[in-house]
Amino acid sequence: MPKDPVKVKELPAQERNSNFNEVVAGYTEEEALIEASRCLQCRDPKCISGCPVGINIKKFIQQVTLKDYSGAYFTIREKNNFPCICGRVCPAEYQCRKACVLTKKDFPFASKESINIHFLERFVGDFGMNNKLAISPSTDNKLSRFKVAVVGSGPAGLCCAGELARLGIKVKIFEALHNSGGVLRYGIPPFRMPREILDFEIDYLKKLGVELEPNFIVGKAKTLDELFKEGFAAIFLGLGAGVPSFLGIQGENLCNVYSANEFLTRVNLMNAYKFPSSHTPVNVGKHILVIGGGNTAMDAARSALRMQRINGIAPDTTIIYRRTEVEMPARRLEIEHAKEEGVKFRMLVSPKSFFGTDSGFVNKLTALECKLAEPDASGRRKPVIIEGSDFQLDCDLAIIAIGLKANQVLTSATSNLKTDKYGDVVVDPLTMETSIKGVFAGGDIVGGEGTVIEAMGMSKKAAQAIIEYLKTK
Amino acid sequence: MKILEKTVLSDFQGVRVVKMKVFAPNIAPKALAGQFIVLMVTKDGERIPLTIVDKGKDNITLIFQEAGLTTKLLGKLNVGESLFALVGPLGHATEIKKYGKVILVGGGVGIAEIYPVAKALKEAGNFVVTILGARTKSLLILEKELKSVSDEVYIVTDDGSYERKGFTTDVLKDLLDKNKYDLVYSVGPIPMMKRVAFVTKDFNVKTLVSLNALMVDATGMCGCCRVTVNGETKFSCIDGPEFEANSVDWDELTKRNRIYDSQEKHICNLNKTLE
Repeated sequence: MPKDPVKVKELPAQERNSNFNEVVAGYTEEEALIEASRCLQCRDPKCISGCPVGINIKKFIQQVTLKDYSGAYFTIREKNNFPCICGRVCPAEYQCRKACVLTKKDFPFASKESINIHFLERFVGDFGMNNKLAISPSTDNKLSRFKVAVVGSGPAGLCCAGELARLGIKVKIFEALHNSGGVLRYGIPPFRMPREILDFEIDYLKKLGVELEPNFIVGKAKTLDELFKEGFAAIFLGLGAGVPSFLGIQGENLCNVYSANEFLTRVNLMNAYKFPSSHTPVNVGKHILVIGGGNTAMDAARSALRMQRINGIAPDTTIIYRRTEVEMPARRLEIEHAKEEGVKFRMLVSPKSFFGTDSGFVNKLTALECKLAEPDASGRRKPVIIEGSDFQLDCDLAIIAIGLKANQVLTSATSNLKTDKYGDVVVDPLTMETSIKGVFAGGDIVGGEGTVIEAMGMSKKAAQAIIEYLKTK
Repeated sequence: MKILEKTVLSDFQGVRVVKMKVFAPNIAPKALAGQFIVLMVTKDGERIPLTIVDKGKDNITLIFQEAGLTTKLLGKLNVGESLFALVGPLGHATEIKKYGKVILVGGGVGIAEIYPVAKALKEAGNFVVTILGARTKSLLILEKELKSVSDEVYIVTDDGSYERKGFTTDVLKDLLDKNKYDLVYSVGPIPMMKRVAFVTKDFNVKTLVSLNALMVDATGMCGCCRVTVNGETKFSCIDGPEFEANSVDWDELTKRNRIYDSQEKHICNLNKTLE
């Protein structure tokens, strides 16, 4: 019977929580071999169907057991352009690992006995990176005469660009910010996604001939029509879910009430943790509250706690969530890491109002206790406010991490691009083609917020459809 | 992103207002009056928004006062040097049409920001009246340019060192008392825009202001620039930068614009050598 799962080495909490170094060390070769040997090599592997891009997990794990790491690398790359990224950020416990036969039945997410597929993927991905393994582009002469524009350099855009460039199609990515990577750079902190990994994966695309144009807002600087006129044969929109949602409660515009996007962008993209050598500031409170229960809330809380330590402030960062830990959409690993580092959790709490000082800075949150209702039709337990349970929390900095809405900078400038009531782009689910011929979309701008790997799954589908579309031209 | 021309428009007790023409072939063809750009001077720099004051075929003109570290670093750049990043055009353009009689009120470096709007409104056939305000004569910018696109120009200085002594709103009130106008458009320091809103409220005249909220990405992603307008939260970057003056929560904006005052002071002290 399988041995115990191999626990991955991590930086001890007290060593990591005053810097932004990567927390998870990743498997050594020995550890990877032991973990891979636990795989039962099922005749009918469920894990593969649990993967949004359908990586042949069974095969790559077997290749690891045979020490054929390059073979394993190319097995993953057949389906996934970014194993180093996905091995780090995939919520595997809701996907492949949940589907693994070693996961106990009726568990809301993977049980710890399931194979640590994501750590094995990361091991293989890092092996490929360190050994400069590269897929040789299989230039398709019929396709290489085409140029495709990709709008947005986040997970969806990068993935689509990679898929197309592999066939020799000339791809140009347009990015609004000054640096590429989208949420992988401005959102996910370096302690989860080291910047050199991201840079490596993006450089790899450049080697495939992908061109990157930063500081360029499609919809403002150029319309989709103009891109077509410039000779792009097709366009992929990977715009992301750009606009942060707020709670809509009193006092939310007080100073030091941040959206998670703003706080994380200041820290991650603008390097505010290096202020003043980096010029963008961010404020750090003594009593920080983070509202939300997703990965973004965890990232924000763990970043905020680090900022407190870096600034010599006794760490006091609390996550406020309306439900309980089990309902939290965050990866289990992030919740554990947050706890280890000293982030406090306050469950079943619904924020009511922020209050502030005369100079306009937040200093208090009033909130209400909640209880969970019986599961509804979708199986989700709704939080119900307990009337009269009002209480106060000290709060001199708050971070709102309750989700994002569609960014409409491009869609509102493109009248014939159909969107739904949420502002998301409407696509044909089979081809990811939008209401405009030759324009495809994927990632969070289709169907709202999802994960990195879900965005990549959609992009792969779109890339396939783009290839078919180009063949007809 | 290369600096093509650079002129110091005013220099008063070491505070300079600088005009720069920047190579921006992706922005210039699309830039409209009222829109802005975001720039970074260096790779470690902040992202700051600046109004597009004028444009050529492949270039845009920016005017800024050296106030914080970023604008001081920007002022240090010379012709031939490049910005690290420049993106735009951002925000909604001003609605340009024939309103009839319009008044534009510019205070300080805000004068630069009313220029493109005054010019466009003049070209659209409006009767354009401009009120320019400066602390003192040597800080007054673009007098000639505004005169060339205005039917009437009134100038005030706080200290009376040039033309009339007083505030732009004194002139505004006089004008509104005497005649009916169809639009008031104002850019300047928050206290001035707030006073403009206060004055025009009694005259039932559409009054627009272009807000200078703090921004990071300026594409709607972060919400740093949120302002309360008519009781609703708006993002200056994607919903603005122009709003109906009497709907803006000025106190909130004033406070939010001071969020990083202490850091600004600190970083400027560290970089004293720039002065």
